Amino acid sequence: MPIKSPFFPRTSQLCTSMYWKEWAGYHAVSSYGTLHDVEYFAFRYSAGLLDITPLFKYKITGTDSASFLSRVMVRDISQLKIGRVTYCCWCNEDGKVVDDGTVMRRGENEFFVTSADPCFSWFSRFTRGYDVEVNDISDQIAGLAVQGPTSRDILKKFCDVDLDSLKFFSTTSAKVKDFEIYISRTGYTGDLGYELWIENENALTLWDLIMDYGKSYDLRPAGLAALDVTRVEAGLILKDVDYYNALHTLIEDRMSSPYEISLGWTVNLERDPFNGQAALKAEKQAGSNWAIVGLDIDWVEIEELYNRHGLPPEVGSTAWRDSIPIYVDSSMNKQIGYATSGTWSPILKKNIALATIEKKYDQIDSKLQIEVTVEHKRHTVTATVSKPQFYNPERKTSNPVKS
Amino acid sequence: MSKRYDSIIIGGGHNGLICAAYLAKAGRKVLVLEKRHVLGGAAVSEELYPGFTFSVASYVVSLFRPHIIRELNLAKHGYEIIPMDCSFLPLPNGDSLARWADPQRSRREIARFSQKDAETYPEFSRVMTHMGKLAKAVIDHPAPDITSMNPRELANIFRLGRTFKGLGPELLHLNTKLVTMSALDFLDLWFESDVLKAPMAVSGIIGTFQGVRSPGTAYVLLHHYMGQLDGSFRSWGFSKGGTGGVSLACASSARSYGAEIRTEAAVQQVLIKNGEARGVVLENGDEILANSIVSNLDPNRTYLKMVGESELDDEVVKEIKRYKLRGSSGKVNLALDRVPEFSCRPGDGDHIRGDVAIAPSIDYLEKAFDQAKYGEFSTRPYINAVIPSLTDPSVAPPGKHILSCFVQYAPYHIKEGAENWPKYREAFGDAVVDTMAEYIPGLKDMILYRQVLTPWDIEQTMGLTEGNIFQGELSLEQLLFQRPLAGYAKYKTSINKLWMCGSGTHPGGGIMGAGGELCAKTMLNARAI
Ligand SMILES: Cc1cc2nc3c(=O)[nH]c(=O)nc-3n(C[C@H](O)[C@H](O)[C@H](O)COP(=O)(O)OP(=O)(O)OC[C@H]3O[C@@H](n4cnc5c(N)ncnc54)[C@H](O)[C@@H]3O)c2cc1C
Repeated sequence: MPIKSPFFPRTSQLCTSMYWKEWAGYHAVSSYGTLHDVEYFAFRYSAGLLDITPLFKYKITGTDSASFLSRVMVRDISQLKIGRVTYCCWCNEDGKVVDDGTVMRRGENEFFVTSADPCFSWFSRFTRGYDVEVNDISDQIAGLAVQGPTSRDILKKFCDVDLDSLKFFSTTSAKVKDFEIYISRTGYTGDLGYELWIENENALTLWDLIMDYGKSYDLRPAGLAALDVTRVEAGLILKDVDYYNALHTLIEDRMSSPYEISLGWTVNLERDPFNGQAALKAEKQAGSNWAIVGLDIDWVEIEELYNRHGLPPEVGSTAWRDSIPIYVDSSMNKQIGYATSGTWSPILKKNIALATIEKKYDQIDSKLQIEVTVEHKRHTVTATVSKPQFYNPERKTSNPVKS
Repeated sequence: MSKRYDSIIIGGGHNGLICAAYLAKAGRKVLVLEKRHVLGGAAVSEELYPGFTFSVASYVVSLFRPHIIRELNLAKHGYEIIPMDCSFLPLPNGDSLARWADPQRSRREIARFSQKDAETYPEFSRVMTHMGKLAKAVIDHPAPDITSMNPRELANIFRLGRTFKGLGPELLHLNTKLVTMSALDFLDLWFESDVLKAPMAVSGIIGTFQGVRSPGTAYVLLHHYMGQLDGSFRSWGFSKGGTGGVSLACASSARSYGAEIRTEAAVQQVLIKNGEARGVVLENGDEILANSIVSNLDPNRTYLKMVGESELDDEVVKEIKRYKLRGSSGKVNLALDRVPEFSCRPGDGDHIRGDVAIAPSIDYLEKAFDQAKYGEFSTRPYINAVIPSLTDPSVAPPGKHILSCFVQYAPYHIKEGAENWPKYREAFGDAVVDTMAEYIPGLKDMILYRQVLTPWDIEQTMGLTEGNIFQGELSLEQLLFQRPLAGYAKYKTSINKLWMCGSGTHPGGGIMGAGGELCAKTMLNARAI
């Protein structure tokens, strides 16, 4: 049975819809109200507060931490400066992705890693010969994401650090009242935002502070349904939805390399050995089979299909996660991939999806066909290939100009 | 003047800007001339008090045509709408009704007043969606002229006819009713509770000098329902940064296609030679020539001020003077130092994040109209209020709020003559604040700044004749192929090469963009430019 996060006393009070789901063994709010979209709009226009405690969290210490992590991750973590964060994935020997997450460097020999799946066992398999300790702190540390344009102003109200200078993908510790928290300028919404890490016993105090100061900034608690829309807009992939952990799949077809899931940019190939290096080098040479792309699904054609049935066009208001076939053309004879998640993007006014397709079809702006079901009948409409990242506001990475 | 433009657009309202964007996108050399220092016309945002950005006139968006967003790439240029979750009706007896996007929640709320109404409510929405489909077919095309024998016109009528036929006899019948009935009679077909009908009926009187019992107001009701289609999940929403955000997105798109836009460039007159528009004269005396002129101004101003009676046939002059403007609305914008809480449902919850209607009963609305009939503003008016700062924090400083009140009735023609409105401005503002304060205790102590717009002010600042918010009433005789004038619809005027693109053309008022779009497309199709 799922357990309760330290924020449960508050989230359970606020979640009047009773819409919950299970996330990594925790009860997690899907949406606080019966319709999630006000929570989505909070992420985009003010700020949303999301309980991210269910993420797995590891503290890596010891004089060899950096070289150990460089060995495990596809990215050369030894290059990561203190106070910086990086996003990357890690692979098995065959260069297939096990999981993805963030790595924060808190000191010369101290790192903090988050992941979607439990990775203690996986990390521990590679510690031999390194002066390193992997500590699973998942259940001792609670996490809160404060995401949206007013997030910085809210945190500035009660943190003693200069958030105006904290850069995108940087991290710092901060004093709040009489305890310490870690703040990283990261998140899963593709917007200005922060993730806060705090010891369980202080979790509720932090929640209350944020809710209190957030009032003047239209902050509202937000659930996973709203998050899902933002992460598709931001083109951020999700394990078990857009790809699978290679250690958990039964068949090879379900495994992916970083190149195949749009994470090629996180791979530093030319360096000391790391997990999957040889396989990834070979794949880089030979070329990958698959690619994750963004799809912009033609609205006019959808409208036309509904119109034929005398219906106004409908799109679900929540993000979807079904596997939807992608074809080369409307004959539906040749399937070349499948969409894995998608949503109507209220901010872009577009119907968008993330899809895994054969690499040779991944040119930007090329036209494919995606299956749509209207009145129980299957049709296809045009889907234009794009980068997975649909939405990328300037404020996500910018800092206020000092006067 | 060396530069010669393919087209000059007089007025930088959202329709003028959209028209410019379409023409420029088609490769035409376009110049927009706006009288004020800001763009947007009635869809305008202005920081009137430090830190507070007001949607000075129009305040919510619903009817904006989605295909224009796509065709002009407006999402990229900053067109952002935050939907409203609730319609809230506070009642003087301490009760209240909140209608939510969540249908079950609405059902329970309405059932406190009438269980029958609560269960009929979704049926009503269903029918209105059907009706809206028809309306959509009407608003997304130039209105076909049923008096014409031109084959293309007949084809258009046929297309419309098909849509009508698709409705089936029952709905078709209803549609006929909708066009001729009063908003109230129409709602009476479904509902019994005054508490539900009053806030619904007001959609039928917005921008008109009519009461909820006046015939024809049912059509205006439908007009306001149209935004429901179009794949947006909520019908009404706030534009980020105020409704001026919509206009600025249109301007940015127009510029990206090469259109030139000038502010503080008031046009004095259209230059006419041999019955043909050749250019414009600015108030500063400059003359600018162009192959065609488009007016974003209302029909009255376009014909009588920009052209002038001397250039017009008597018949046209007579017709245009008959064109009904009769502004009846005002606006009171307040900057508040805290969240205004309603005594009947305290707190800053979601119930006040949508619109708030002061329309406690049908009689209340009729009484408000009665005063207007005799040339007075309503001392207890219908008010549609919103607090946009609760969903869009960019419009007010942290913890501070904007209370925007759209008010009816404030007849342009007050007893002593419209030019006497300034004398009554503050009294009118007081009536609005007093009315709101009956529901929001302590309101008067929260006010940091107050802006009162009477119809006279709306005319003076925005150039909307008689302060009519839609550039002309949405009454049957001045709609469709008769908007603005029978014989001179379809964006043409009685002057060669002079076109119109504002809300005074089909399909009418509101932040829709349709006038601007359809005018540009009509000009391009006719190879008139
Ligand atoms: C108080 C009020 C509230 C409203 N509320 C809503 C609402 O909530 N939702 C909604 O959808 N609609 C609302 N409306 C209606 C809507 O705002 C208008 O129908 C729409 O904005 C009109 O746009 P337009 O481009 O056709 O014309 P306008 O906005 O009228 O544009 C005309 C432009 O021409 C300029 N101009 C005038 N004279 C000259 C000249 N001589 N030279 C150069 N330029 C000139 C004006 O300054 C103006 O910018 C409201 C209107 C008002 C007044």
